[in-house]
Amino acid sequence: MRMDIAPILASLGRHKATAALLVIQIALTCAIVCNALFVVADRLDWMRTPSGIDEDRIAMLTVTDIEHHDGVQARNLADLAALRELPDVEAATTTNSVPFGPLSWQTSVRMSADQKEPVASIAQYMGEGVPELLGATLAEGRFFREDEYRWADDLDARRTEMIPVLLVTEALARRLFPGRSALGQSLYLGGQACRIVGVLKGLARAGDPDRHNVQEAIVSPIRMLPIYGASYAIRARPGRAAAALREASETLRNLQPRRVITDKKTYAEVRAAYFSSDRALAGLLIGVCVTMLAVTALGIVGLASFWVGQRRRQIGVRRALGATRRDVLHYFQVENFLLAGMGIALGMVLAYGINLLLMYQYELPRLPSYYLPVGALSLWLLGQVAVLAPALRAAAVPPVEATRG
Amino acid sequence: MFAYYLELAVRSLKRSRALTALMIAAVALGIGTSMVTLTVLHVVSGDPLPERSGSIYLPRIDPRDDSTASASTAMPVQVTWLDGNNLLRAGRARQQALMLGGQVAIEPDAGNIEPFIATARYTSMGFFDLFDVPFLRGAGWSAADDEARARVAVISSALEERLFHGDNAVGRTVRVGGVPLRVIGVLAPWRPVPHFYDLYMGHFAGGEDVYLPLSTARAALLPRGGGIECWGKGSTTENLMETAECTWLQFWVRLDSASDVAAYGRFLDGYVHEQFSAGRFRRNRPAELTGLMAYLDERHVVPGDLHLQVWLAFGFLLVCLANTVGLMLAKFMRRGMEIGVRRALGASRGSVFAQMLTEAGIIGLAGGLLGLVLALAGLALVRTRPDHYAQLARLDLSMLATTFVLSITATLLAGLFPAWRASRLPPGLQLKSQ
Repeated sequence: MRMDIAPILASLGRHKATAALLVIQIALTCAIVCNALFVVADRLDWMRTPSGIDEDRIAMLTVTDIEHHDGVQARNLADLAALRELPDVEAATTTNSVPFGPLSWQTSVRMSADQKEPVASIAQYMGEGVPELLGATLAEGRFFREDEYRWADDLDARRTEMIPVLLVTEALARRLFPGRSALGQSLYLGGQACRIVGVLKGLARAGDPDRHNVQEAIVSPIRMLPIYGASYAIRARPGRAAAALREASETLRNLQPRRVITDKKTYAEVRAAYFSSDRALAGLLIGVCVTMLAVTALGIVGLASFWVGQRRRQIGVRRALGATRRDVLHYFQVENFLLAGMGIALGMVLAYGINLLLMYQYELPRLPSYYLPVGALSLWLLGQVAVLAPALRAAAVPPVEATRG
Repeated sequence: MFAYYLELAVRSLKRSRALTALMIAAVALGIGTSMVTLTVLHVVSGDPLPERSGSIYLPRIDPRDDSTASASTAMPVQVTWLDGNNLLRAGRARQQALMLGGQVAIEPDAGNIEPFIATARYTSMGFFDLFDVPFLRGAGWSAADDEARARVAVISSALEERLFHGDNAVGRTVRVGGVPLRVIGVLAPWRPVPHFYDLYMGHFAGGEDVYLPLSTARAALLPRGGGIECWGKGSTTENLMETAECTWLQFWVRLDSASDVAAYGRFLDGYVHEQFSAGRFRRNRPAELTGLMAYLDERHVVPGDLHLQVWLAFGFLLVCLANTVGLMLAKFMRRGMEIGVRRALGASRGSVFAQMLTEAGIIGLAGGLLGLVLALAGLALVRTRPDHYAQLARLDLSMLATTFVLSITATLLAGLFPAWRASRLPPGLQLKSQ
């Protein structure tokens, strides 16, 4: 098939303003959809950030005593003992925080005792056997030994000395000790040297989302207590997390009635809550993109229909002069292809510009180059689908139309 | 004349129903989306104390040594117990308050309601005057109450309703964290957005349920909440907090004039210097006084996602308008015949222009109305989201007016070009060419 582009361009030249508007609309759609989908992909990627733990089997509960009590250690031990008795609970402990949880603890560490500027704050996990219970795995070294743990309140009141050992995550180890093993190295916490006895494959932090350091955490051998805002974490038997949470909640309530269970969630719920605004944004962006594409497609249908209506007589003349139906169909298809092409070319430049703005304003990475051809192809396709019905209607114009006035 | 244009416009719009519907829907979608995002942004970036925010300041001093990571960067936003009380006692501002947030168990005195957790604010007596908090009945406590660690409380109207089912709570007793407190005041509904005076409790946290003297709360060791930063030998053992090397309380002042601000700044610098000379502060870092709105800016209280959404919505509106202008242009130009006849019969360019603009205006009005409905539906959807600020997303009168002005202006502007083009069509040529 041979198709002359010159007459199409000449004809478009007679509708400069309308054609230009369609080109602008396609360009804007292309630019916005490319960037919006990129943000969606970026958020989905962030939402998949691994926590480093055995998510399906974890649940947590937070309890608050109605009044101030003494004997917090004994009360804590009694709670844990009761939790461990439960049929669906495999293990229980007290932890200050869980990955992507609502509560975060941070500490600053130094590489040497006299380092002036400390390494920016690192997430700190505390609680007996927390990494083991959560299901974090070791890359090197070992977990803490029973005798290395100290109670948080004893440390706080200086009744005991901190045991100078800790665990770090692989991500932190890589940053602090590039190119060598972190095992056996020391980090300084509040002036005290702590030897790294184990390196965890992963244990994401809680609190404010900060992507570059989300996997940087340390674990200290400190037995936590609910009075510090810590929660009970339980490891359920496979598939029994929800049931274990129900049992645990009832047990804790019955054991000491003068308290309130302020929060209870399976880990799936903890994670969902943490990423809820990202999910909402992604949903919104997808919704707007779909609507925008629909509006643009309908705009193309509308304009093409107009043009077809306006040119019925010309089409008739062309048909009378020997043009086939197919020629007429192709005419409108090529016309749309050209318009979309101009829109896409302009849209690419715009998309790139918007991306630069986003990079500057929202620290978004650069738009990967494959977005542009994929976006172009999709818009071309959208245009062709949209123009098909009006173009078919044009092709159906009989040659006799030439004689009507 | 306008009535005639209106009739012509309606007739013309009716002639191509699908196209008219498409134009109206596009305008409505663009307007609706923009309104939803603008409303949410408007709500969360508002002024928490519209009458007074200009004179509310956060005094900031840095008592830290260099053992914490942020010592060289941002100034602390909270104070230690010692500094807070020193500044409070000095009383150099017109009004001031030292405060702390917490979550407490509330036990109804009578009845069989289960104990529940409520948010509390422990504060010196100045809080209510400082932030101009409205009372429904009763009043706050006195300096003497602060001194005597009086067991008194001010509660929210929501808590009054929950505990006393609409009865007057003043004079009744409520058990807070096991401590019986006499209710002396009930607040009218009050919710500053954002929750500026203690962002650690959540940027968009609601107003507290119960307020009581800071001294009383500390004597009973009621649970603390919010952010805390410790350094050196900072210990968070509850009964040692008063001497701990930790910042954990909020201190706000009211300063009415620039000269008051300058004077208070000098006073703060003097205080820092005094503490440094005495060896209590390790560094002689100049104090800062941050205004309320500047503070909210500094802390990035408005989520960045919201700005992104507003930009997206306006981009979308632009696409919708380009769509509508294109369709309108095509539609107007196709009516060359009709326009040619009218022009030949003596209609001026101006009247053709006016008629076309009327048609655009109708589309704008219809699009605006439908957009409003979409915006209301969208906001209802937003309110189901879990973010704290989402529940606040409601259309107020000013946003309602903005919607209308925006949609009419946008479509009229969009209609200007096609109408102008239509009015320039030469009458003779159009008649001849058909």
